[in-house]
Parts: sequence; structure tokens; C-alpha cells
Amino acid sequence: MPGDSSPLGSAAPASGTVLEVRDLSVEYLLERGTVLAVDQVSFDLSAGEFLGIVGESGCGKSTLLFAIAQLLVPPAEVTGGSVIFKGRNMVGLTDRELSAVRWRDLSVVMQSAMNALNPVKSIGAQYFDAMRAHGVASKGEIAERSSEVLKMVGIDPVHLKSYPHQLSGGMRQRAMIAMALLFTPDLVIMDEPTSALDVVAQRSLMVQIKELQEQLGFAIIFVTHDMSLVSHFSDRLMVMYGGLVAEFGATRQVFDNPLHPYSIGLLEAFPSIRGPRVPLTGIPGSPPNLANIPPGCRFAPRCPKVMARCEVEPPELYQMDGTLVRCFLHDGGGRADD
Amino acid sequence: MTEPLLRTEGLTKHFKIGRATSRRTLHAVDDVSLAIGEREIVALAGESGSGKSTVARLLAKLYQPTAGEIYFQGKPLSAVRGRRAVLRYRGDAPMVFQDPFASINPVFRVSHGVMRCLKLHRPDLSPEQRRNEAERVFTAVGLTPAGEVLQRFPHELSGGQRQRVGFAQALALRPKLILADEPVSMLDVSIRIGLLNVMASLRDTQGVSILYITHDIASARYVADRLIIMYAGHIAETGPTEEVLSRPRHPYTQLLLSAVPDPRAPLAVGAETDRGEPPRVIDPTPGCRFRWRCPLAIDECHHVTPPLRELLPQHSAACHVARADAETQAFRSAAAEAPAPAPLRVPPPADGRRDAGFR
Amino acid sequence: MATTQTPPGAGDAGAGAAPGAGPFPQAGPAAAGLPLAGGGSVAGARSMRRMARAITANRKATVGTALLVLFIFIAAFPGLIAPYDPQAEIFPRSKGPSAAHWLGTTSFGQDMFSQVIWGARPVLLIAFGVGLLATIVAMLIGVAAAYLGGAADGTLNVITDVLLVIPLFPLLIIIGSYLHGAGTAVMIAVIAATGWSYTARQLRAQALSLRNRDFLNAAKVRGERPLYIICVEIIPTMTSLLVAAFLTNALYAVLFSSSLQFIGLGDPSVTSWGTMLYWAENNEAFQTGLPLWIIVPGLCIVLLGAAFALLNYAFDEIGNPALRPARSIRRGRAQRAR
Repeated sequence: MPGDSSPLGSAAPASGTVLEVRDLSVEYLLERGTVLAVDQVSFDLSAGEFLGIVGESGCGKSTLLFAIAQLLVPPAEVTGGSVIFKGRNMVGLTDRELSAVRWRDLSVVMQSAMNALNPVKSIGAQYFDAMRAHGVASKGEIAERSSEVLKMVGIDPVHLKSYPHQLSGGMRQRAMIAMALLFTPDLVIMDEPTSALDVVAQRSLMVQIKELQEQLGFAIIFVTHDMSLVSHFSDRLMVMYGGLVAEFGATRQVFDNPLHPYSIGLLEAFPSIRGPRVPLTGIPGSPPNLANIPPGCRFAPRCPKVMARCEVEPPELYQMDGTLVRCFLHDGGGRADD
Repeated sequence: MTEPLLRTEGLTKHFKIGRATSRRTLHAVDDVSLAIGEREIVALAGESGSGKSTVARLLAKLYQPTAGEIYFQGKPLSAVRGRRAVLRYRGDAPMVFQDPFASINPVFRVSHGVMRCLKLHRPDLSPEQRRNEAERVFTAVGLTPAGEVLQRFPHELSGGQRQRVGFAQALALRPKLILADEPVSMLDVSIRIGLLNVMASLRDTQGVSILYITHDIASARYVADRLIIMYAGHIAETGPTEEVLSRPRHPYTQLLLSAVPDPRAPLAVGAETDRGEPPRVIDPTPGCRFRWRCPLAIDECHHVTPPLRELLPQHSAACHVARADAETQAFRSAAAEAPAPAPLRVPPPADGRRDAGFR
Repeated sequence: MATTQTPPGAGDAGAGAAPGAGPFPQAGPAAAGLPLAGGGSVAGARSMRRMARAITANRKATVGTALLVLFIFIAAFPGLIAPYDPQAEIFPRSKGPSAAHWLGTTSFGQDMFSQVIWGARPVLLIAFGVGLLATIVAMLIGVAAAYLGGAADGTLNVITDVLLVIPLFPLLIIIGSYLHGAGTAVMIAVIAATGWSYTARQLRAQALSLRNRDFLNAAKVRGERPLYIICVEIIPTMTSLLVAAFLTNALYAVLFSSSLQFIGLGDPSVTSWGTMLYWAENNEAFQTGLPLWIIVPGLCIVLLGAAFALLNYAFDEIGNPALRPARSIRRGRAQRAR
């Protein structure tokens, strides 16, 4: 098994919680004012768990991801909360301290390989750089591990000599994922890695990612705007809207029984290729302007089930059959603990 | 049989690529014959590299065909020359583009494009009438209050609104056919439906035909009357939308259908075995271009390019194997009796099912 | 320009590209607020106010504008400031600074201060003249080359490249020595004619990147003529680069013209900072105890050049927020009530 024989990284996945995010808030500090991109998001991630975060543009999911990976640059800034990864709070660590963690325990897969990979270096050279940067000195070890990860994602190791533009889109994404797995990290963060691919390549890549996860036991946070993509792969699903968590629960449950009107609207906005052809309405309106947050529920202007209360009072996260939902329609179950 | 609104015959477009020393030919579109009727939405679906965008640009006269002909209302496009004739065609068949952020000039108000369209194509109108017409088309696509929206700058509108502006500009020309090149691909999911509904209403209330280019089969099903599936520059299958999607004949169509994520359906086992990238067709040899990925490929597929044959009424596919089994039942059983996957495919699914796995 | 951290609240964007109603000001003339061809469609007063705000907010812009305005004022109304005729050789020679002569007198008996004041006009005329002329030529050649492509592009590129390769200053020296004392107008013509190539290259590159933007295809598809597309659709979107080209050309005009005048190729009867340097050098100003004769004109040249350079940087920053200095403004955390 690759995990056992690898000279780098932990062989067996650690049990327990890998990531604890508590009340994380991120703001963009601009001249015109502050934009609250992420508003007190909290969740736990267990080892080997696949968490999907979905939402449309402007909901804060990518910002959240960058905040967890500590990749924010000014004017974006973490203005509250903590990100506790394997017992250490990542917020406030220096670059030096972070680099000990980066790639060894936590790695990131970006949206577009063409943007993330260096176009003038071969794949092998980039893997070499990555491993060198994290303390592996022996060329032999590097070569062996590079071949190993490429084989894991189904690419012939001869492509170590190829440049990114010589590979097809799907292969590039796989090469990026392989690079993220060089040190068998405990957590891999993925920001829409399949959105640049066509539907067949997308499906194949998703299955590959799931297989790798089951083989190597790492946890995944997978951000996407396409809910249906993660429906068969994620363990839990978080729906974000306007910088807040709108709904959060077991994937199957959120799909079969969505609670938040936004989740319902989102699910219904996907025309199906099976079943009867019905006219759909989507969700009219636009996401809120986060520089100027309205009082009350942020979804109220677009909500088909809006009540008077929604426009005045912002709802908390409530518990409902194991799912957390931020909607007054479901406040009967009581507030979630955090 | 009445002449369709637009018809292509053997439409072909090749591009020369490579340096002077090693010139090769990229076959973007090869021998495409399709037809679009009045008051209908035809979806042209395929993955990247299938040639669908090239077809749109050929129809919009942004490219010249390498071979073949396009007939608009019975008259060949190659005969459309001279500024006035070209302008008239552009008014009959305008194009709507994919990227809402790049398809409107950011420097001017959104009224600029519509007013220019009207000025160029309907010079008989007075400025006052042009103004009214601009408001009419903006209202028709749902951009209200039209007078106010017309005065805004593009960066003040959302992506969905900008795409509606694109449709309004096209509508101002009183076109017969709108060429929509992936108009919703760059929009958020919840906004797409709104645009698709606009397209359907344009067909119903304004009597416009639309060629809807997309890579998303589900949206094609939602809005289109007929469906054309393209693969690697060829048409793979074509027919009424429901017909093609419920009884797909071409293995590629079946593959596409199985790969579309549908949360309401259980995960199709075996579909993921295909590594899934369509080829760049450079200096191809004859034969079906899907043959390397097709589990049903026979010897003929490697040597003879399959022509588009009508298998069921109105429903054609370009496949040697499909041709042999025109009946629904026969095709299904052919799939069930398909030989075990060739070695380069991933081994059969663990639960022991033998079928080719595209369902 | 690949920062994936667009702030949220951006409306119905798909792949999270440019902000819609987002907080970042847009690049380009609509935000820079410059009046444009295409006339009435563009807001006038509102963009003027926005430009004023942009200038005061940016330190470089403020300093640069202040300097430039100062020099323009001096060049426009020298008679109001200078106490004496700059050429009049009626005063005691080689005197140091005094109440009557703030900078002293030259070895010809001219008032240095008046010379400096009157010397501004030719310099600014050359700066703006070359700036405009060279930019216009660069724009016509660069944009035409990009849009027309093919053989036209090839030919124009050859011409541009030849001029780029030839070292400009020696070329100017050769031309200048043929012209026996180049006055202001000749100076403008010569510098503009040789100096357009650098900015032509830049403008061509930007026009090339714009060429495949869909709004140009959209213009083509609605039936616009190529000349219209170049003038009305392309050039206005390049306004920020045109301004930058203007400032670049103006800066180099100042430096080149002063250098030419310094080595004696200008018209020595014209009073300008460069000719002051020429006379000062010929009369061994440092050795004869008149250092101000060299220092002050030199300083003026430097300051004017700096003004153009600062404005250049400032426009870059205004147009592209990613270039702005990262200031992390700490707002009170307590501000956000929850």
C-alpha cells in the first residue's frame, strides 16, 4: 500500500478530528469600506472525511478555503476565530511555522492547473522543487516518490519530463492532485478542481479523487459551485450563502430533504436529464452586497417563504434532525451549540 | 418539404497549425450537415474540441468554411458578399457570446450596443423610435425598468443581466435565428434557468429560432426542441431532444448521459472507467473518431468513417454498430452482449455487472 | 493579474471573474474618469469627481499632480513670478544669492531665478508636445498592427523594431548636429519621431490581448467596420495605457531634450533649463563659485521628471488595485456587533 511504504509522511491516517474551525471571519479591508466575506463559520472535520462546500459566486466559499489554508493576502484578512489544524491554531502563525505544515500535512489543489503549475518547468522539476522545499534531499527518493504519485493518479511516469501545456486538461489536473499528495497529507483542500474540465473528464476525476481518498485516508475539503458534482462523493455538505453557513449536514440528507429555502432553490435550479420535463424558476435576484449587509436574513430578499421576522432579525443556526440550518422555519429544534 | 431556415451541407473548417517547417491541419469541423427550422431551439452539444463553437462562428460568418456550404433561407452564404448583403445577414443571424464580462464594451453604457445595432440595421427609424425599440427589447428580455437599465454601465449589472443585454441586442435586429454560444456557461446555476426561460419565451413570443451551443446536456434538454451531439468535429447523433436522450443510439451519447451528475439518480457504475478526453483532431485518418474510447468498436470503425444515417424517424446517428441495430431492443441487447472491455480499460465493476456500463 | 481573491458581493458571476457591483473600482477610463471619444454615453461630472477622489487618495498621485500643476503654472505665467527679463545681461556678474536676486546672477549678468522661471516653458512644451505626438503615432501604429494582423502587422513590426534597436540618444545627437541648434519645435519633432517605438510596442501588446475579447467580436458580428472598431471600441478601452504612454513619452522627452541642450545641440538663444546647464558648464559654474547655476536647473528637471514618473505609477495603481501598497488597516473588532 502506498501509504505504508512511503518514506514520507504518516503511514496510517490519524484518528479523530483533523481540523476545527471556530467562528472564522474574514474581511476585505478596502478604502470604500469593509466587506465581510466570511461570517463566523464553524465546523469540525474528522480524519478521512470528505466535506463538500457549495455555494454560488460571492458566497465566501473560496475565501473560506483560502483562510483555512492561510493563503489570504491583503486586503483580505482573518478578523476573528481560529483554524485549529492538528492541535495548532494556524491563524497568526508565521510563514516559517506554516511552511513546516504546508504540503506535509496540508496541501491545496487549485482551480486551474494552467494557473497553478509553472508553465516553463517540467512536471518532474516542479515535484522536485516541492519536495526539496520541504526537506527531502535525496534525488533518488524524489524520483521514486514522483513516479509513485503519478502512477497513483493514473499517469504514466514518463510524463515527468512533460511540460504542463503538453498534457491535456484532465491530465494536468491529475498531475496537480498528485503533487498535492507527495507527502501524503492529512488534509487536502480543493478549490473547484474540476470546473475547467468537460463532463466525462470531470466524472472520471471525481471518482479518482474518491478512490485516492479511500486508499490513503486523507480528509478533503472540496469547494464547488456545482452541487450535483459532490452529491455522490461527499460525506457532509455545507451550503454557504452571503458569507454564512446556510445549511450543513450529511450529504444524502441535504439532497433528499433540503431544509433551507436556498438549498431547495439551488437543487431545483438543476434541470434533470431524467424524469419529466418541468418548467423551473431558479432563484430570482442577486446575492447580497457584502459591503453593506442588510439587517435580518441575508436570503430574505430572494426567499419564496419569507416572513416578516426574516427581514428584521438575523436567524441563528438551528438543529434539525442532525442538520444545521439557518432559517426561522426550522428554529423549533433549538440553536446549534456553535 | 419546405426549405429549413438554415441548412448546412458538408460544412468543414480546417486550421493550419504548427510552424512553417512542420505544418499540420487541425480538423475543427468535418462534414457537418444540419438544419434549423423556424420557431425552434436546436441545441448543439458537445465537449470542448468538438467543433460546436467553430460551427457557430462559421454560421456567424466570423470564419470562412474550408469546404461545404451554408444555406440561409435557401440562399448560399458564399454568395452573400458586399457590405449591404453581409449586413443584412448579420441582422438575420446575430450571435450572443459566452462571457458576460467580456462581451460588452466596459467603457460605454449598455445602451451603446443596442443603439449601434439599431443604427446599422434599421436606419429607417428615427432616434425617438430607436429609443423606444431599445426599451422594447430590454423589456422583452426582462431588464426592467428598461429606461433606467439602459443608462447603466456594464460593471453595474450582474452577469445574468449582462447576458440578457446580449440577447436584447440580438433581438433589436429582428432576427430570424439567434446563434447563442454557450450563453449560460459562465453564470451561476440559479441564474441560468432565468436565461433559459428567456430563450424559450423568445421562441414562443417573438418567433425566433435559436441555435443553443452548450456542453451541458441537462440545459439542452430543458430548453431545446432538437438536439445535435458533436464529437471531434463530426455530428455523432441528432434528433428530437427527448428521443435522443431517452433512446440514445451513439455510444458517445450514452457515455455523456452516464457522466452527467444527477443527484437524484444513483451513481452509474462503470461510467467512470472512461478517462474522458476528446482528441484534438490533427491530420486524422479515416475511421470513427470515437473508436479508441468505444467499447463497441468493430473492425470497420477503424477504417471507415461512419456516415450520419437515419435510424428512427428524425433520429440519426453516425455509428457503424448503431446502424446494425436500428431497433431499440436490438441495440440494448447488443450492448449487453458486448465483448468484455479491451485491456486498456479499467476492469469490470466489482459488483459483477457485465454490461458496457454506459447506462 | 491572476489573484483568485475577488471579494464577494459581486453578483451573478460564473467562474468568479471580474467583480460586478463589487467594491473594487474598475480598470479603465470609466473609473479613471477621463473624457472619451464616443461622447455622450460616458458620464462627465461624476467621473471627474471620482478622479479627484482617486488622486487625493493615492499619495503618489497627489505629489505628482501637485508638482506638475506647479510647473504648468510656472510655465504658463512666468511673467507673474519672474522679476526680471531672463536674457537681460544687465546685472552685476557672478553674484551669489541676495535679496534682489534670489539665486544670484550668472557670469553674463543675468538673473538666475528669472531664467529658471522662464526656462520652464520650453521644457513643458517639449514634454507635452512629444508626449502627445509620440503617443498618437505609437497608438496608430501599435493598434493598427494588432488589429490588422498578417502582413501589415509584420511590416509595422519591422519598422518599430528597427527604431527600438537603434540607441536613441546617439541618434538624436547625430540628427541634432545636422540641425545646428534645434529650437523647441524641431526638438519636439525629432524626439517624437524617434521615440515612439517603445510605447508602440506596449500598445500593440495590449491591443493584441484585447483583439479576441468578445466585445470586439460582438461589434464585428453586428456589422461594424474595422476603422470604427479600432477607433470607437478598442482605443477607449486602452485609455489607461495611453495615459501611461503619454507620461512615459513626456518623461523621456524632458530628459532627452535637456541632455541634448546640455551638450549644445539645442538652440542656445532659447532660455530653458537644459541650455542653462549648457552655459553653466561652459562657464565652469562649480569652479567659479556659482553652484546654483547647475544645481537649480538640474533639480527642476529632476522634479518634473519625477512628477511624470509618480503620475505614471499612480495611474497604474488606480487602474489595477492589485498593485496598491498593502496597508492593513486595523479596524476595531468590537465594531462588529453580533
